Amino acid sequence: MANYEVFEYDVLVIGAGGSGLRAVIGAREKGASVGVVTKSLLGKAHTVMAEGGAAAALGNYDKEDNWKVHFRDTMRGGKFLNNWRTVEIFAKEAPDRILELERYGAVFDRTPEGLISQRAFGGHAYRRLAHVGDRTGLELIRTLQDHAVRLGMEVHMETTLTRLLKDGDRIIGAVGYRRGDGSIVIFRGKAVVLATGGWGRMFRYTSNSWESTGDGLVMAYEAGAVLKDVEFMQFHPTGMIWPPGMRGVLVTEGVRGEGGILRNSKGERFMFNHVPEFYRAETAETPEEAARWVEDKKNNRRPPELLPRDVVARAIYKEVKEGRGSEHGGVYLDISHKGEAYIKKKLPSMYDQFLHLGDVDITKQPMEVYPTVHYAMGGVDTEPEECKTSLRGLFACGEVACGLHGANRLGGNSLTDLLVFGRRAGEAAAEFAKTEGHPETPMDQVEEEVELLMRPLQGGDGENPYTIQSELQEAMQEGAMIARTEESLKQTLDKILELQRRANDIRVAGSPAFNPGWNAARDTLYMLISSELIVRAALERKESRGSHWRLDYPNEDEFWSKHNITVRKGENGEPVIEPRPVPEMPEELKKILEEGA
Amino acid sequence: MATVTGSGTLPESKRTDAWWVQPLGIAVGLLVFIAYATFRAFENDLYLTTQHLASAWSSGQVADLLSPFYSPLFVVDWKIFGKSVSPALLILIFPLSFRLTCYYFRKAYYRAFFLKPPACAVPSANKSKRWTGEMFWPMAFQNLHRFTFYFAVLFLLNHLHDVYKAFHFVDGWGMSVGTLVVILDVVLLSLYVFGCHSCRHLVGGRLDCYSCDALSRTRYGMWRKVTFLNQRHALFAWISLIWVACADLYVRSVCAGVIPDVILFKVGHGG
Amino acid sequence: MAKTITLRVFRGDANGGTTQDFRVETFPGMVVLDAIHVIQKEQDPSLACRWNCKAAKCGSCSAEVNGMPRLMCKTRVDALPTDKPIEVFPLKTFPVIKDLVTDVSWNYEVAKKIQGLTLADEGSKEPLRMQQIDVDRVQEFRKCIECFLCQNTCHILRDNERKDVFFGPRQMIRLASLEMHPLDVADRTQFLKEVAGVGACNITKCCTEVCPEHIQITDNGIIPLKERVADTYFDPVRKLLRWVGGRK
Repeated sequence: MANYEVFEYDVLVIGAGGSGLRAVIGAREKGASVGVVTKSLLGKAHTVMAEGGAAAALGNYDKEDNWKVHFRDTMRGGKFLNNWRTVEIFAKEAPDRILELERYGAVFDRTPEGLISQRAFGGHAYRRLAHVGDRTGLELIRTLQDHAVRLGMEVHMETTLTRLLKDGDRIIGAVGYRRGDGSIVIFRGKAVVLATGGWGRMFRYTSNSWESTGDGLVMAYEAGAVLKDVEFMQFHPTGMIWPPGMRGVLVTEGVRGEGGILRNSKGERFMFNHVPEFYRAETAETPEEAARWVEDKKNNRRPPELLPRDVVARAIYKEVKEGRGSEHGGVYLDISHKGEAYIKKKLPSMYDQFLHLGDVDITKQPMEVYPTVHYAMGGVDTEPEECKTSLRGLFACGEVACGLHGANRLGGNSLTDLLVFGRRAGEAAAEFAKTEGHPETPMDQVEEEVELLMRPLQGGDGENPYTIQSELQEAMQEGAMIARTEESLKQTLDKILELQRRANDIRVAGSPAFNPGWNAARDTLYMLISSELIVRAALERKESRGSHWRLDYPNEDEFWSKHNITVRKGENGEPVIEPRPVPEMPEELKKILEEGA
Repeated sequence: MATVTGSGTLPESKRTDAWWVQPLGIAVGLLVFIAYATFRAFENDLYLTTQHLASAWSSGQVADLLSPFYSPLFVVDWKIFGKSVSPALLILIFPLSFRLTCYYFRKAYYRAFFLKPPACAVPSANKSKRWTGEMFWPMAFQNLHRFTFYFAVLFLLNHLHDVYKAFHFVDGWGMSVGTLVVILDVVLLSLYVFGCHSCRHLVGGRLDCYSCDALSRTRYGMWRKVTFLNQRHALFAWISLIWVACADLYVRSVCAGVIPDVILFKVGHGG
Repeated sequence: MAKTITLRVFRGDANGGTTQDFRVETFPGMVVLDAIHVIQKEQDPSLACRWNCKAAKCGSCSAEVNGMPRLMCKTRVDALPTDKPIEVFPLKTFPVIKDLVTDVSWNYEVAKKIQGLTLADEGSKEPLRMQQIDVDRVQEFRKCIECFLCQNTCHILRDNERKDVFFGPRQMIRLASLEMHPLDVADRTQFLKEVAGVGACNITKCCTEVCPEHIQITDNGIIPLKERVADTYFDPVRKLLRWVGGRK
């Protein structure tokens, strides 16, 4: 038996994005020893990509705002598939988590009173997003990184964990490899926090980086954890579409928040034709009112461009589908009427991004945009109080967990999600670790994983992992993105199953030392399995709700309005898809929802 | 498809753009100035119209112009090797020390003359694992830039006096081209001197809180203005450097009778 | 429209290396990182490089393109001369792990030595009160994406290998963001002079030149720090004033 490097901690945190780092802080404050493992360098996780802000009902501008309104907005945005208790905790704790960040060193934009400035965003009734220009995610991750370093943690950078280790039904660690030299490493944790983020790489148009392969989701699934809501993938309505190298890169919602207008090739401001009945009362009726809203949010209703992301994404899809798309198959997003000085001040990195990489001067020309896969609402099923999963010793937080966003996430809720549940997961894991020991490492599981990892390197001709990934991305883009049908989903599923068979023969050249091809081989397996789960769940949900849009079932359905879809691995290794009733909400929370209706 | 080139040794990558243009331009520019300034400093002649053009002055044909290299005006009594020591040598120490320790010129000459480094990502001359930069004496002298700034401000006041005198003719007040030359000189020097990094630190950069009290808010306003100049410090450093030489050359040319000091208007005594 | 270019990429590890030429067909708007990805996908999946966001927000894909330190995701291929091969090399200041990937762990090690934000009312939960004009300077520094291009370009670290005396521009910016924080009460002046080595900098401003976030590292960060150090350690008048005033 090979001799592998072994590390031992009270709490093992997998992932060093916002939620992972907040979990580190939570666990350190409870006195646990903490090791954190990240596939990239510290501070490069997907959190840096978040631009708009972190939602919390601080009420710094709008005194009327409070946790109840935030609760209501989030539930409505999620089409009531959210776990009410998760949302309640979230809305109540959000302000504290943001304020505490300031004390760690975050420097948000300020109000004239010297408090944290808050920005309006789609689906939020009041100005609610604490922000720093258009780089809020960077501020958040850097702050958490510095503070976690200060409290003391052991960081294992560029280390990929590929399998959770089990002792009976309990998760006791994980195994994986160092990217630098390809050596196998074993991490033993009395408690394990899964904070691996989302998955979007299985789609062709995505704002996600190479890391978002679904490894965390699939690791938990393979270990037997219950997953939930995986059919809900959020499509950010405005991704770049041109030039090809920039396809999928995000255009922040802030552009629309600052007055950006969507137009089709005929020059029509088409969003006015796509306002759902549900939102009509709170949406501006005329372009004049929409324009006034940018200056005076109290006395005007918001522009239709700021409807929830699923609504806007679908409208763009329809416009393009019906032949009113732009030159490269998107629609136009125009902010140029706000003037050069304003744009450069409010949206500096967007200006820069388009000027240098897109050949577009957004102070003079419109941008071309199309929806891009952005966020995974579903994930590992977690209970709200301590972020426990269905497996003992395994906690989950951040994008890989689920329950907060329901069928559609509101912009700005994810950054706060990382803080609220990162802390809870970290603290709960530290408490759990206090009463548990380190069971022996199950070497049979380790060896099984090592064999799987090393298989692509055994030589000979075989499949190229990148080819399989491209074919998968093509299939998912065509059949499982914004508009789905029974037929498109079944075709996609067939393709996925075919690719899964072919993936057994992936071969790559070279050694395990920093070999992206070899890394991609294992990642491809995660992408294939997570895609299969997404598609199977999407087939099951025979209705349209939130981000899940079925052309063959265009309406909401009574049964599905009260059921989540869970996924777990069956006894024979097959995915078991089951509806589960949404937990009944207490009366006082129901009343909150009714108040705003 | 892929071809392997080179041997097993570690290859080097070099900048392929014309990175040497800037340091070369700066080196040439500075050398030209140094050559001219040295010549003029030792010349000890042709710097004051009232003295060198006594007859033109007394007939009201020239304004009272003094070369900035020889301002303030004073006479040195001592002689070396039988020659009078030029007052410019004593005067120029001050502006020279200001420019020598100036944060912009440090960049310029560290790059252009000392090649440490000549340009970004281009190897430095004399790489040294003993590099200490400006940590210790004598290089720590650079940290005293603020004192050279104080003197620079005194010199500016003195130059203002020169401007005042440049409106002065023997028979009244007026303006000549020479008056404009010295006005422009003091304006450009002010834009350079008050954009100094030490000045920026002094007026407001030292503070951590600008909004905390009325005085800090005032200093913030000043800091903003100095910052505006500071962002253009390199530009004003060069323009003022070139112009101060031009002003000297103008005065010298007038004194030498090469060009006339064209009078724009004049108001005689009593109207 | 499509044009074929040649990339000359460093291949090797700590033991040395060579260059390898790859022919890549361009597409509109292609950046160097795209070209590297095409090579990985179609020609050699073992070519090692770091990247994450591909939108100049994470600072992972730092490399030297035609000898100039840059983010590969922000370097347009059509902005480079194509009559010669485009050279792509790893950062020179840090040890090579493989191909374009270098060991930048030193940066994280020195960062640990810096004292974080220190408030007068540590432990309180009150919201902080700060005006925008007081945080403008700090926010500029906090735009840093830790791409370490400045650390790589700084000749003190790159040519003179003085990682033992100087923390580098990135950490100077971090220190500046703390020193100028309106509510921070810690004094890092002595640390700056004696540990972080601000005096080693001779202000040649290459850090500023390569910063992809356009942070004025030298003018707004390092020079103001040098001036603060001068206040305490080099200015005899201030020393005298402090002595007369009865302070340290």
